[in-house]
Amino acid sequence: MRLKLALEVLGLLALAALIAVMPQLVSSFTAYEMATVGMYFIALLGLSILTGYSGQISLGHGAFMAIGGYTTAVLSVNGVYGHHIRDLWTIPIAGVVAGVAGLLVGIPALRLSGLYLALITFGIAVSFRQIPLKFDHFLGGTSGKVLSLLKTPFGLSATPNNWIYYLTWGIAFVLLVAAWLFVRGKPGRTLKAIRDSEIAAASSGISLARYKTLAFAMSAFYAGVAGSLYAIARGFMNPDVFPIVLSVYLVAALALGGVDSFLGLIVGASAIYVLVNRTADVTQWINHLPAVNLNPQRPGMPDVIFGAVLIVVLIILPTGVGGALRRLFGPLTSRLYSKS
Amino acid sequence: MPLLEVENVTKRFGGIVALDGVSFVAQPGEIVGLIGPNGAGKTTAFNVITRLYTPDEGDVRFEGKSLLGVRPSGVVTRGIARTFQNVELFRGMSVLDNVRVGAHARHGDQGADDLLYYVNLHSLRYRPASELPYGTQKRVELARALASSPRLLLLDEPAGGLSHEEVEQLGTFIKRMRDDYELTILLVEHHMGLVMSTADRVHVLDFGRKIAEGTPAEVQGDKQVIEAYLGATS
Repeated sequence: MRLKLALEVLGLLALAALIAVMPQLVSSFTAYEMATVGMYFIALLGLSILTGYSGQISLGHGAFMAIGGYTTAVLSVNGVYGHHIRDLWTIPIAGVVAGVAGLLVGIPALRLSGLYLALITFGIAVSFRQIPLKFDHFLGGTSGKVLSLLKTPFGLSATPNNWIYYLTWGIAFVLLVAAWLFVRGKPGRTLKAIRDSEIAAASSGISLARYKTLAFAMSAFYAGVAGSLYAIARGFMNPDVFPIVLSVYLVAALALGGVDSFLGLIVGASAIYVLVNRTADVTQWINHLPAVNLNPQRPGMPDVIFGAVLIVVLIILPTGVGGALRRLFGPLTSRLYSKS
Repeated sequence: MPLLEVENVTKRFGGIVALDGVSFVAQPGEIVGLIGPNGAGKTTAFNVITRLYTPDEGDVRFEGKSLLGVRPSGVVTRGIARTFQNVELFRGMSVLDNVRVGAHARHGDQGADDLLYYVNLHSLRYRPASELPYGTQKRVELARALASSPRLLLLDEPAGGLSHEEVEQLGTFIKRMRDDYELTILLVEHHMGLVMSTADRVHVLDFGRKIAEGTPAEVQGDKQVIEAYLGATS
């Protein structure tokens, strides 16, 4: 088991090194794209704790991202008692506000499971966009709120794109390590126990209510941080920045990456990014297949492709990318464990 | 003082009376058998003791204190652990992690390794619980229950699905476990051979009512018990 720990620490260090050097290797625009991937990754980390570990499903995490985005927009544009808060410092506040919202959703969720929980949380995602429209003088309505331009602070000599890249992936790495520390010990076992058998978990002394709401609050905190970063990077916030379908994409990407595999989630996050923002390219790739001729400009094409890719991947890799990696390396690592 | 006192417990589900004024006690160190035909209310009695159900009438006391104000997750910290009729393991977790979760209830996860040696599962400790054969899964469940250092252990049909030899070993093991860990054991079982060879006292339920109690020999000769199992003889 020591060996597994060593491998995981090594993996994290390698990731840290990769994050650090990446902007030297790619263009500034690509760094900005990667930053966006990092934001989805942060949201997926939270969703993984909720779904992969505690076994609760949420089709409403786009709403928690939006709460994070609006918190940042309100604090940095409207300000508090006339004091504008630097966008950077609004990030943890956005996480906490979304986390509290998650806690509030998590309490009624205790009485629901499976399909019903999916429906209720989806209802939250659908109805949330009415809130900025209702309180338009405060939250900007459809025309939204314009945040100040992305600037490199503290006189650092990075380009804005590299700055948002380092900011996002720095936070993503910290939150990844935090999630890893959380799940590898007692709390992670506790959540998995609840996922696998609530009745046995309760009989083993686990308070279902406490841990299930904790998982909801944590995952919403992650989503709030992700949403805050997204609003900062876009410099704009209105109800369409986090569309309803994003909540569905997040769950789909979680399945794609493997529900309890943190590193697999980077693949899931990339998939959301590519399929949302680079549909034309994906259509071109698919057109290389024989007898396929899709028009990238057709409306609805991104959704059709996203759906098709998801179906194909889940047929080939039912446990997602993470599950496939584990199966690939499983025989090797389990032999190593039994020796240690 | 008895360790466990079930006093006049009634539990209804809609129009069905699953337990009807049932009383019994378990003295410290005893192995108490709870037997009866299908639907007699044995598992319901377990679920009342472990607070998964709240009785409509009556009281359950452990070490003289009522359990009715305790939450289901608080029962194990009082010193009561259980296994389940249809094995409720944490299937996605390793054998070791299953046992560690059991140990969380009282004192971190120390002692999990010793317990795995005790139930002879140490070599399988990193295997996912779901991959093991049924009989082995039952041992994992037993180790998980023991890991919480209980004083009262509730075993719900531990012999179900086991082979003839396994059942014989189980009988010996239950007694050894009682002695090694100073347990009191409440045993729900269909397998008469196992109950008769291990239990000190037996309580017989039928349609939610207690119809007999005594030593295994006494109960075996009881006319009402024979009728309950074989149907009324005319």
